[in-house]
Amino acid sequence: MKQRKGGVRAWATRAPLLPALVFLIAVTQLPFVATLVISLFDWNSLDPDARSFAGLSNYSSVVTDPELRESVFTTVLLTASVVIASVVLGLVLALLLDRTFFGRGMVRTLLITPFLIVPVSAALLWKHALYNPEYGLLNGALTWVGELFGDTSPVQPDWISDMPLLAVEASLVWQWTPFMMLILLAGLQSRPAEMMEAARLDGASSWQTFRYLTLPHLRRYLELGVLLGSVYIVQNFDAVFTITGGGLGTANLPYTIYQTFYQAHEYGLASAVGVVVVIGTMIIATFALRVVSSLFREEANRA
Amino acid sequence: MSAPTVTAPPPKATPRPVLPPAARKARRRSAALGLVAWVAGLGFCLPAMWMLLTSLHAEPDAATNPPSLAASLTLDSYREFFGAGGGPTPWPSLINSLSASVFSTLLVLVLALPAAYALSIRRVRKWTDVMFFFLSTKMLPVVAGLLPIYLFAKNTGMLDNIWLLVLLYTSMNLPIAVWMMQSFLADVPVSIIEAAQVDGARLHTVLARVVAPIAAPGIAATALICFIFSWNELLFARVLTGVVAQTAPVYLIGVVTSQGLFLAQLCAASVVVSLPVLAAGYAAQDKLVQGLSLGAVK
Repeated sequence: MKQRKGGVRAWATRAPLLPALVFLIAVTQLPFVATLVISLFDWNSLDPDARSFAGLSNYSSVVTDPELRESVFTTVLLTASVVIASVVLGLVLALLLDRTFFGRGMVRTLLITPFLIVPVSAALLWKHALYNPEYGLLNGALTWVGELFGDTSPVQPDWISDMPLLAVEASLVWQWTPFMMLILLAGLQSRPAEMMEAARLDGASSWQTFRYLTLPHLRRYLELGVLLGSVYIVQNFDAVFTITGGGLGTANLPYTIYQTFYQAHEYGLASAVGVVVVIGTMIIATFALRVVSSLFREEANRA
Repeated sequence: MSAPTVTAPPPKATPRPVLPPAARKARRRSAALGLVAWVAGLGFCLPAMWMLLTSLHAEPDAATNPPSLAASLTLDSYREFFGAGGGPTPWPSLINSLSASVFSTLLVLVLALPAAYALSIRRVRKWTDVMFFFLSTKMLPVVAGLLPIYLFAKNTGMLDNIWLLVLLYTSMNLPIAVWMMQSFLADVPVSIIEAAQVDGARLHTVLARVVAPIAAPGIAATALICFIFSWNELLFARVLTGVVAQTAPVYLIGVVTSQGLFLAQLCAASVVVSLPVLAAGYAAQDKLVQGLSLGAVK
C-alpha cells in the first residue's frame, strides 16, 4: 500500500511534464523515424509506381555522389568559418563593451541590431543593397573613395559571383557576431571583481590579466557560444537559399536536402542525406550537451 | 555593472586633481577604446541603417552608384509595398505570420510552464535526463523530419494551413522555452508555493496565481524569444505553405521574384517585416542572452 501511495505521488509530480514530452515526441521523433524508413526506399515522387525497397543504396549514393560530398564539405567550411569569425569578433566587441564609456548602452543596442533583422531580410539586404555590382553600397563606397583620390574607374567587383561562399559567410558573421558578443559579455561581467582587483594590485598588466584570469574564466562561455552557434549555423537555410540559391558551390546540406526533395523529388535520397546530417549533428551535439551540462551542474550546485 | 575601470576616479578632497602621467595615459587609452567601440557599433549597424535610408528614398535615388545621401526622403516605397500601386498587399502574409507566431507562442507557454514547474520546483527524479531530452530535440536538424511532415500534410489536406505551422513552431520552440523557464522558475521561493498548497490550491491555481506572477518577467522574455523564432522561420513556411497561409518571410522572397527588383521597395518591405522582431528583441534585451544560451548563462 505504501508503495502504491508513493507511485501516485510520483505520477502527480510527473504529470505536469507529460503534455510537453508527448507533444515533442510526436512532432519531432516520429517524423525522424519516418525519415529513417523512407531513406531505405528508392522513391522518386514523379515516378511513384517504381517505389521499391533499396536497402542502403541511397547511403552509398550519398557517399559516392561528388555533389553531395561537396555539400558536406561546404557545410563544414561554412559552419566553421562563420563560428570562428563571429566568436573572435564577438570577443573583441565584448571586451570593448565591458569598459565604461560614454553611451555604452547605446553602442550595445546598435551592436545587437544585426541579430534582430529577420534572417531573410538580412540576406536580401546583403544580396541587393550591399553586394549588387551596379548600385550596391560596397561598390558605391569604392566609387566614392575612388573619386576622392581622383580615380575615375575604381574596381567594381561582382561580389557574389567572384566570392560566393565568402559573400554568404560575411552576411552570417554579421548576423551572428552580436549573439557571441552577448554571451561573452555575460561571461565577462560574471568575473569575480575581487579577483580582478587583486590582480591589478599585484601589478599584473592588462595582457596578463586577460591571458591568465579572463580567458580561463571565459572558456565555458566560449565553448557555449561555439557549440550553440554551430548547432544553428549547420542548419542554416535562409542565407544560402536567398543569396546564391545554392549555386556556385555554396549548397550546404540543408539546402541540398531541400533541393533533392522539393525540386528533384528524390524522396529516398533526400531522406538519406537527412539521416547523415542528423548523425553529424549528433556528434557535435554530444559535445554541446557535455558543455551545457557542466555549466548547468555549476548552477545547480550554486542553487 | 561591476566592470573594472583602469582609471580610479580622482579623490574629491584634493582641490585640483593633478593626475600622474601613468593615470593620464590610461585615461586617454580608455577614451580611445570608447571611441573604437562607438565606431564598431556604428559599423555593425550601418547595413541596417542603410536599409532604412534606402527604404526612404525614391526608387531612382535608391539604386545609384555612388550612393546618394542627399536625396529627398519619401514614404512612397512603404505606400507601394502596402499595395498603393494596385499590386498584391502584404497584409494576409503579415497576419499569417502574426497568427502563427502568437498562437504557437501561447501553445508553447501552456505546455512549457507546467513542465518547467515540475522540473524546477517539484524536482522529478532524473530531472537532468529529462532536461537533456528536451535539449536534444532542438539539436535534431529540422530538415531531417521535413519530408515526412510534408507527406503527412499533403495526404491529410493540411498543406497551406497555418495551424500546421503553429504545431511545428511549437515543437521548434518548446525545448528552449522549457530550459529558459526552468531557470526562471528556480528563482521562485518554494515556501510561497508550499504555503499555497497547504491552503489547498490545485496545480493550475498555484501556477496561475502564485508562480506566474512572480516569474512574469522571465515568462515574458521566453514568449518574446519564441515569437521571434517563429516570425523568422523560412524553411517550413516555404515548403508547407503556398498561397493562403504564406508567411511574411515567404512573401518577402516573392517580392523580389515576381515583380523584379525595386530596391527601395525591397528595403521598405524588409524594414516592415523586421520591425516586430526589432521591437521584441530590444524589449527582451537583457533576458535575450539567457534565453538564447538556454538559461545556462545568467
